[in-house]
Amino acid sequence: MSLDTRIGPEPTLSPPSGSGSRRLKRAVSAVFWFCLTLALTFLGLLAITFFIGRIIPIDPVLAVVGDRASAQTYEAARVAMGLDRPLPVQFLSYVGDILTGNFGTSVSTGRPVLSDLGRVFPATLEMATLGIIIGVALGVPMGVIAASRQGSFVDQGIRVLGLLGYSVPAFWLGLVGLALFYAHLRWVGGPGRLDIFYDGLVPYVTGIMLIDSLLAGDFDVFRNAIWHLVLPASVLGFFSLAYIARMTRSFMLDQLSQEFVTTARVKGVPERVVIWRHAFYPIRIQLITVIALSYAGLLEGSVMIETVFSWPGIGNYLTSALLNADMNAVLGATLVIGAVFILINKISDVLYRVLDPRAR
Amino acid sequence: MSAPLLELENLRVSFPTAHGRVEVVKGISFTLGRERLGIVGESGSGKSMTGRSILKLIRSPGKVTADRMTFDGVDLLGQSERQMRAIRGARISMVMQDPKFSLNPVMTVGDQIAEALRFHARLSKGERKARVLSMLEAVRIDDPERVSRLYPHEVSGGMGQRIMIAMMLIPEPDLLIADEPTSALDVSVQSQVLDIIDDLIRTKGMGLIFISHDLNLVSRYCDRILVMNSGRVVEECAASELADASHPYTRGLLAAMPRLDETREELPVLDRASWGGT
Amino acid sequence: MASARNWLLADSPSSRLQANLGRTYRISAALLRNPLTVIGAIIILVLVVTALFAPWIAPYSATGQNLSNRLLPPGAEHWMGTDELGRDIFSRVIYGSQITLTIVLLVAVIAAPLGLLIGAVSGYFGGWVDRLLMGVTDIFLSLPKLILALAFVAALGPGINNAIIAIAITTWPAYARIARAETLTFRNSEFISALQLQGASAARVIVRHILPLCTSSMIIRVTLDMAGIILTAAGLGFLGLGAQPPLPEWGAMISRGRAFILDQWWVATMPGIAIIVVSLGFCFLGDGLRDVLDPKQGDKY
Repeated sequence: MSLDTRIGPEPTLSPPSGSGSRRLKRAVSAVFWFCLTLALTFLGLLAITFFIGRIIPIDPVLAVVGDRASAQTYEAARVAMGLDRPLPVQFLSYVGDILTGNFGTSVSTGRPVLSDLGRVFPATLEMATLGIIIGVALGVPMGVIAASRQGSFVDQGIRVLGLLGYSVPAFWLGLVGLALFYAHLRWVGGPGRLDIFYDGLVPYVTGIMLIDSLLAGDFDVFRNAIWHLVLPASVLGFFSLAYIARMTRSFMLDQLSQEFVTTARVKGVPERVVIWRHAFYPIRIQLITVIALSYAGLLEGSVMIETVFSWPGIGNYLTSALLNADMNAVLGATLVIGAVFILINKISDVLYRVLDPRAR
Repeated sequence: MSAPLLELENLRVSFPTAHGRVEVVKGISFTLGRERLGIVGESGSGKSMTGRSILKLIRSPGKVTADRMTFDGVDLLGQSERQMRAIRGARISMVMQDPKFSLNPVMTVGDQIAEALRFHARLSKGERKARVLSMLEAVRIDDPERVSRLYPHEVSGGMGQRIMIAMMLIPEPDLLIADEPTSALDVSVQSQVLDIIDDLIRTKGMGLIFISHDLNLVSRYCDRILVMNSGRVVEECAASELADASHPYTRGLLAAMPRLDETREELPVLDRASWGGT
Repeated sequence: MASARNWLLADSPSSRLQANLGRTYRISAALLRNPLTVIGAIIILVLVVTALFAPWIAPYSATGQNLSNRLLPPGAEHWMGTDELGRDIFSRVIYGSQITLTIVLLVAVIAAPLGLLIGAVSGYFGGWVDRLLMGVTDIFLSLPKLILALAFVAALGPGINNAIIAIAITTWPAYARIARAETLTFRNSEFISALQLQGASAARVIVRHILPLCTSSMIIRVTLDMAGIILTAAGLGFLGLGAQPPLPEWGAMISRGRAFILDQWWVATMPGIAIIVVSLGFCFLGDGLRDVLDPKQGDKY
């Protein structure tokens, strides 16, 4: 046992960093594969909407010309719609249409579907963004608290709250919220984005009312917009809160059972630091993925909420198109929501791989 | 032997199962001075639970009871969680089994070692850093400046365990519990790590509880040995007298140990019936 | 009593019967220990009993109108009040349980076996079969379920049957993923090779040996999915795309109550509470089942 025998650093200490060109090549191929799977998924989405729009209806021509049309009109419409061509050709021309931004014309608004969608999308974005902010601000701390007091009353309560997020119909919660907070308590504004007399006071710039009103310097409109936004956004936020709290709790439980958390306790580190610095810090990347998925999920949730709150967003557009049997608008909205959903999904996937120091 | 550092009397640890509460430590007692005590036993004998219950790290629903559990005159069972934090790390500390799992993967080595000091001593950032570097040097790491900036997955197992030791000894505790500190390591670095622990313990005059399943290692690095089996101490003797152990379990363990100079065809299997063990 | 318990909990059972009974005992004991699971099981039991005996339980008819009793608040006569046509809401909620249970069962009966079969075939054969089937599955999985169901119903036309088909179309991919993952874990195991050596056909191996092994994880997943299926069905009903009036479907009832929400809150609120209670029941039960049968899975699904 001699004091002087120093043990030098082992060779594994500094991993070979690899030559620059090889790393570049790997990055390029990763980007290529990402784009390819993304393109294939989009193509799949197009195939599904094509299938829904052209194949399921027993006779799409009849839907357009009506059942009183003569055989000639019928045949002319059939050729005009390209339905006399073989299916693969029809699909290719459909893909071409979509890629060039031709989503068809909406029967109910009389405008091109794409421009309709561009007009309504900011309203949905505004609501979903506030919703996710509420969901993260409350859901993450709740999940952490539940995990750090596993089995306690607080934990059980948060667990039930999380399960309520899977059990409460969004449209019902919106209705009850309106009855309670708008009709009885008068705490929030009613349906719509603004009270009627504020309508059209600020010019359309971004389509996001909170930003547009600030740009116009009109604080009355800004206040009124928040007043109307807060309830639908809170209802949406509740659903993301439930999901985020549940996932945070599960990640935290996983971390708290790790040996290095015990190590921190052995060192005499206060429990608050053990929880936030040792257990929470490593899961922040997983949480980003969860938050992204939840954000995408809110797009889906907004369909019901917007219908209840007469919120002029993409969800409301979709449901009113559904009721008017406006197939172009239905498929266009489905396509856009689906595409955003897929994009957020894939990006959060990549983000996870890029950000985690252990995966690099 | 000086005044006892740690006194345990009738320590019991139990966990609930489908069959009701099961005791994994069934009433063990010992005292420890500033000496090196080895606790040996097979897995499941309750030796690790003994180590963790001294630090009160058994989480609910596990339960620890004892007639007496004092450390340096302080009744550990009566300490609140806050009071225990002042003892953990600063006065009693523990080296754990596998650095792959026991080091925080997303904190640099230097930060993790410095953290052990942070809550026990009022030092400036610069002083802390100097202490970390000299501690890394004390566990024979050559380039402490660089190593302190690495993440745990960038160092080898042996170095990871030396970092663990540095982290646990930097607040200069009076008692170190080493729970299987080398069983996850390559045989070639085991003795290096143990030599470092041994060396630091002796120079600082600390107490050591060395928990292991390896009779050989324990008898080499300890003054006194407790042999545990299914939650009980079955044998207590000086390390030098291990060869004269009387309990059939210890004899069985000794007999099952391979030696370099032997000619046996087969190693004997423990005959558990002889002492009524599990 | 104690000896029976010991016999059931024996570490080394001496017969297959003892092992099976012991397993059943252990699982049910573990399920009973969690109060939420017990509550969930009771809720589902009540749902089934209510649906089966609706005509005997409901005090009034689900469709009988009585315009002189319009929009009465909840009281002794009408526990949940009456709607705009004077129908007893409590009776409608009771009869509505039949529709909910039918939807849930039919979706499960269509989607679970379909997903199971696709996943098992995909996992068993591997290669291009696997790539093709999983490619399709992944595309469906990456789409929002409700939107997809809406689009399908829009094309198929409103109605309860089409709603069931649309929901089933959006649910099977998750089951296919699970079945494939399960199949992969034992595709190369000894007993499968033994069967193949005996000359068992692929169809026989999949149907007789692989599918039964996937059932426990499938039951958990289906139970957990039930709440989502109920919510989607209610959502379709709310939008007027699911069950059509005068059927007392809970979502459609909420939709009708929407017009009166500010003054006659009970018309929309009561069916909503029924949806929440039943969905929560499935969640509690599914959660408990997963904790006991598949503890490794944790909260991640």
